[in-house]
Amino acid sequence: MSAQPRKIFAPLDSIVVNSLRAGDVALLSGIIITGRDAAHKRMVDLIEAGEPLPFQIEGEVIYYVGPTPAPPGRPIGAAGPTTSYRMDHYAPLLIEKGLKGMIGKGQRSKEVKSAMMKWGAVYFAAIGGTGALMSRCVKEAEVIAWEELGPEAVRRLVVENMPLIVATDVLGNDLYSTGPAQYRT
Amino acid sequence: MKTIFTDDITSAVRNLCIQACTVLGNDVIQQLNFALETEESSIGRMVLEKVIQNAEIAATERIPLCQDTGMAVVFLEIGQDCHIEGDLLSNAVNEGVRQGYKDGFLRKSTLDPITRVNFGDNTPAVIHTEIVAGEKFKITLAPKGFGSENMSRVMMFPPSAGIEGAKDFIVQRVLESGGNPCPPVVVGVGLGGTFEKSALIAKKALLRPLGLQNPDPVLASLEAELLGRINSSGIGPMGLGGKTTALAVHINSYPTHIASLPVAVNIQCHSCRHAEVEL
Repeated sequence: MSAQPRKIFAPLDSIVVNSLRAGDVALLSGIIITGRDAAHKRMVDLIEAGEPLPFQIEGEVIYYVGPTPAPPGRPIGAAGPTTSYRMDHYAPLLIEKGLKGMIGKGQRSKEVKSAMMKWGAVYFAAIGGTGALMSRCVKEAEVIAWEELGPEAVRRLVVENMPLIVATDVLGNDLYSTGPAQYRT
Repeated sequence: MKTIFTDDITSAVRNLCIQACTVLGNDVIQQLNFALETEESSIGRMVLEKVIQNAEIAATERIPLCQDTGMAVVFLEIGQDCHIEGDLLSNAVNEGVRQGYKDGFLRKSTLDPITRVNFGDNTPAVIHTEIVAGEKFKITLAPKGFGSENMSRVMMFPPSAGIEGAKDFIVQRVLESGGNPCPPVVVGVGLGGTFEKSALIAKKALLRPLGLQNPDPVLASLEAELLGRINSSGIGPMGLGGKTTALAVHINSYPTHIASLPVAVNIQCHSCRHAEVEL
């Protein structure tokens, strides 16, 4: 576990994905996409129907976030993570289709962890309830699909030094299990 | 007799929505700072530092503390010597919510539970009214995020479960929630009453300022015991390990029926938001 943040860049290189370990602290910069409950349902419905997605997920990092509206002069409003388990039902198929990283909060299911180990993906915890702080890391935001979903629309974000903690790595190590075990009395 | 105009209620609710979503109470910030002093985990300390820093940024830049600006839960304490003039009270409150969420650039999260189509204005609010003595008219606005609301439960225990059963249930609920509700949490507990009364008093327990002891010594000692058990779980800030899983346990109790022991656990994330005003 390293306390010194490691700078990483999205889209993530496979070598980086494979080298990240649960407990690592990272600062992520680059281009990511957003999606939460409603967008995940649409993505999986389209894939299962054999239809193309309106954006690419192969090689991408997806951030589970439904931001507040952008006030004048800012690219986005508050933009902290939402709870990830609600996406567990959909995530394994997206990982199989090439998704390399997920950003959210809270522990993932066995099925998601298995898919991450099989196909090579990493899960980052962002700090829940820090929407104002995370907002500062977002330099550009653009809706790229399903605008009618409002806060749940899919956006492309340009982010800079987003503070993240590697929660689950490609080996299946899970800080949500090992972290609490270390401090239980 | 005091006359309260519904236009004033609307504008008060509007302002409270924006204030509650952007300014964290000093009581919460103080408890977060106490936790930072005692937290043993380095990741836990980093989380607490960022949470405190977030509150500073939100207040100075007028950006919501959290993107989940919640459902607007509104508590109205209405003196029985007040007369309300103008629109229907609930319309006035909902109009205030509509304006506050629009003008404050807050997220609109309410939708139809079957079609899941978003209403686009964050109405309706959840309104709880209580008739009190005199000419008081107090509005408390508590925007409730659903990361923590989803982790809340009501259990109707048989009396045989006893207080020990209730205690285990409360602790277990927090442990099973792990990192999902954004710990360090505040745990609101409703003991007794009926099914819905237990839930309502659990929610009201979240409004008590942090650091303020329960005036009932039995409940105060129960709160201390439960807080100790929860914080020895190791769950820690954001569930990533540490000593600070809860900032406080707040219990409200109410008499119940010979056949039951209702226990409600309403979990609140660290962003324990509420704002109030008296008209």
